[in-house]
Amino acid sequence: MRTALLAIGVIIGLTRFAAGFTVEEETVFPSAGVEQQRIAILSTTDTAVLKPLIEAYQSRNPDIAVHYTVASSQEVFAAIQSERLAFDLVISSAMDLQMKLANDGFAAPYRSAATEALPRWARWQDRLFAFAQENVVLIASNEGLEGLGLPQTRRDLIEMLRDNPNRFRGRIGTYDPSLSGAGYLFATQDARQSDSFWRLAEVMGSLAPRLYISSNDMITDLKQGTLVLAYNVLGSYAGPRLAGDGDTSVVELEDHTLTLLRTGLVPTTAETPELGGAFLDFLLGAEGRRLLRDAAGLPPIDETALSSGPHLRPMRLDPGLLVFLDAIKRRAFLDEWSAALQQN
Amino acid sequence: MRRAPLSLRLRLVLQLLGIAAVLAIMLYFTVRTVAEQAAEATQDGVLGAATLAIAESLQGGDSGVGVDLPYEAFSILGSISADRVFYRIDADGATLTGYDDLPLPEEAGVAVVPVFYTRPFRDTEVRIAAVARMLLVAREPVPVLVMVAQTRQGQEAIAQRVAQRAAAIGLGSFALAAALSLLTAGSVLRPINRLADAVGRRGPQDLRSVDRPTPAELRPLVTALNGFIARLRGALNRTETFIAEAAHHIRTPLATVRARAEIALRQSKSEEMRATLRAVIRAVEESSRSAGQLLDHATVVARTDRLADEKVDLAKLVAAQADAFRPTAELRDLTIHHSGTDRPVIVQGDRALIEAALRNLIDNAIKYSPPETSVDLDLTTGAEALIEVADRGRGLSGQAQSKLTQRFIRGENAGDIIGSGLGLTIVAEVAVAHGGHFDLTEREGGGACARLYLPLA
Ligand SMILES: Nc1ncnc2c1ncn2[C@@H]1O[C@H](COP(=O)(O)OP(=O)(O)OP(=O)(O)O)[C@@H](O)[C@H]1O
Ligand SMILES: [Mg+2]
Repeated sequence: MRTALLAIGVIIGLTRFAAGFTVEEETVFPSAGVEQQRIAILSTTDTAVLKPLIEAYQSRNPDIAVHYTVASSQEVFAAIQSERLAFDLVISSAMDLQMKLANDGFAAPYRSAATEALPRWARWQDRLFAFAQENVVLIASNEGLEGLGLPQTRRDLIEMLRDNPNRFRGRIGTYDPSLSGAGYLFATQDARQSDSFWRLAEVMGSLAPRLYISSNDMITDLKQGTLVLAYNVLGSYAGPRLAGDGDTSVVELEDHTLTLLRTGLVPTTAETPELGGAFLDFLLGAEGRRLLRDAAGLPPIDETALSSGPHLRPMRLDPGLLVFLDAIKRRAFLDEWSAALQQN
Repeated sequence: MRRAPLSLRLRLVLQLLGIAAVLAIMLYFTVRTVAEQAAEATQDGVLGAATLAIAESLQGGDSGVGVDLPYEAFSILGSISADRVFYRIDADGATLTGYDDLPLPEEAGVAVVPVFYTRPFRDTEVRIAAVARMLLVAREPVPVLVMVAQTRQGQEAIAQRVAQRAAAIGLGSFALAAALSLLTAGSVLRPINRLADAVGRRGPQDLRSVDRPTPAELRPLVTALNGFIARLRGALNRTETFIAEAAHHIRTPLATVRARAEIALRQSKSEEMRATLRAVIRAVEESSRSAGQLLDHATVVARTDRLADEKVDLAKLVAAQADAFRPTAELRDLTIHHSGTDRPVIVQGDRALIEAALRNLIDNAIKYSPPETSVDLDLTTGAEALIEVADRGRGLSGQAQSKLTQRFIRGENAGDIIGSGLGLTIVAEVAVAHGGHFDLTEREGGGACARLYLPLA
């Protein structure tokens, strides 16, 4: 019954909103009982990932329908910033764009017991709240690395690439920061953490790397054997997809491993902001956290996971994130990046 | 209907509380202002540093102005308080990057050191730091303006906390001041209460002027009070003097009347006439006695509020009075004995008054005794000096002493004996004026016994 309803509700493919914003998926989860209210959620997270949470939420609130719209992080940002569309909750993995929305006054303040319980680093003011922490990892094909051993640090990686150019030429993948928002965020934060990023870029540049715009594509290519290594892949995608696959390894580099915070905010344009807040509370609550971990494969906010992993560097939710969004800064960074990549 | 004026204490407390309230409010605003200025100065410091950091990253060159926004500067701006951050960089009047609607500084010539200003921006209010630089772009100097802005929520949060603290401090100091003002009111009013107490505790006869030390502010009141007492005393004195003079003026003509009546009695042959004359003489004697007692009483009353303060030897006094009354006693075939007078017994007091009291006691003893008996004066000392005047007369027939000591009250046993009823009144007043006391009882074996106690010197 439910699947039937879902099938009616789901519109797959690219829909253009009247105002000109590109949607990837749009799904209506009808209420179990008589619909009293409807939450409009705009998200970068695939519907399939959050579906168990939405359904759990609805089983608790049978009179609420959920209208779940998926778009790319840039589109999500634009929908709120320039289109000023009415969504009750905006979920995005693009921390920098979310930060900019909050900083520029597009996020409404929201306060509840659940948001107050968040650690300081997992929220900014009472406008931006993290509900998942995902590590940015290196994935490798065990067969491709045969005889070399898994690199544990960037220095290991650089040495390995330098010493075996033939083995890796054309078989390393990473994000194209000029095309992917996530890739740009990972690259800039990497560059901030250490200079080894630039040396790695130079070495990779000499090995004709393949550039991607999504983690999933990199994982697919690695599984298919096109790639031996993929650098800066979202661990939350790689983990479930590579689990039980003896041919691949997921590596959290020991010198530093970035941790991305997936965040939510209630936009000022929300028609029913209290519903957006309520769904956010659900994500942050005990049941939401359990479902995030077990059903969605997204690690919930967990202070102890960070303190027990000294190599983990959660990206700071602060206005520093605005710096690399600056047009001049971005141009300069991308120039430097392509220079490093194309130098050989 | 006149309303009672506010109590001094209430008035004082209310005024002090008013002052305390004003001071507490001033304290509240001072603490707030100072703390808010300090918070603003702190925010300005960080904001200025961020602005300078950006200005320092500016670079000239042939291709235009280069900027390298420092990540840490922004990160630090946000970390002090989670405030929103905005920036704008203008080169040659055109916005190079950042928020092009961020308000410009008012003064055109912004210096190398940051200037700060507060402006509304979008949905909030921001504090802005602006710094100017000159850069060489294609060998031409180009003015560049760097502005960094931050919302004031953090500062407002501080201000709110400070305001709460300041309110607590204000309330606390007000409470303290209130407690202190109650104490102050108490201590200021204490001399007044003491004075009122001292005056209130005085005996009915005490018309001495108030000479206890009083604060300068109360001195006019005390002076006025003393003036009033002096006038009252003067009035009383005049009354007593008048009574004394009146008594005197009556006695002299009475003596003449008596002398004439006696001569007439001797010359008169008619028994009827002689009886009339005897009655006249008796009435005259009674009047004269009354006048004398009135005079004595007036003297006692007049002297009680300013007793002569001298050492009086009771032994001598008793002996002298015994001697003085001996002729009168012998006329009535009475003997007078005195004992305990062989060594001095000294009391502090007014000799004339003690003598008057003793005289009245001896007079009574003689008057109310039959012939052939004796009057015994005995002087002893214990805790006090005691003069005992005992007779073998008719006794008190059970009449209460308290009644007999009243003015002009004579006993039922007085019979045809001449008297005015003032004698014991005088005795009792003298005893009280000296801090002693007096009692009159039946004597064992018949007669009366009067005891006058006086404190020893
Ligand atoms: N020694 C005494 N024996 C008996 N009665 C006495 C004696 N002394 C006083 N009294 C009684 O007490 C009364 C009051 O005495 P008090 O001396 O005041 O008045 P007085 O003797 O009558 O008149 P005066 O004023 O002339 O003395 C007397 O009238 C008398 O009744
Ligand atoms: Mg008498």
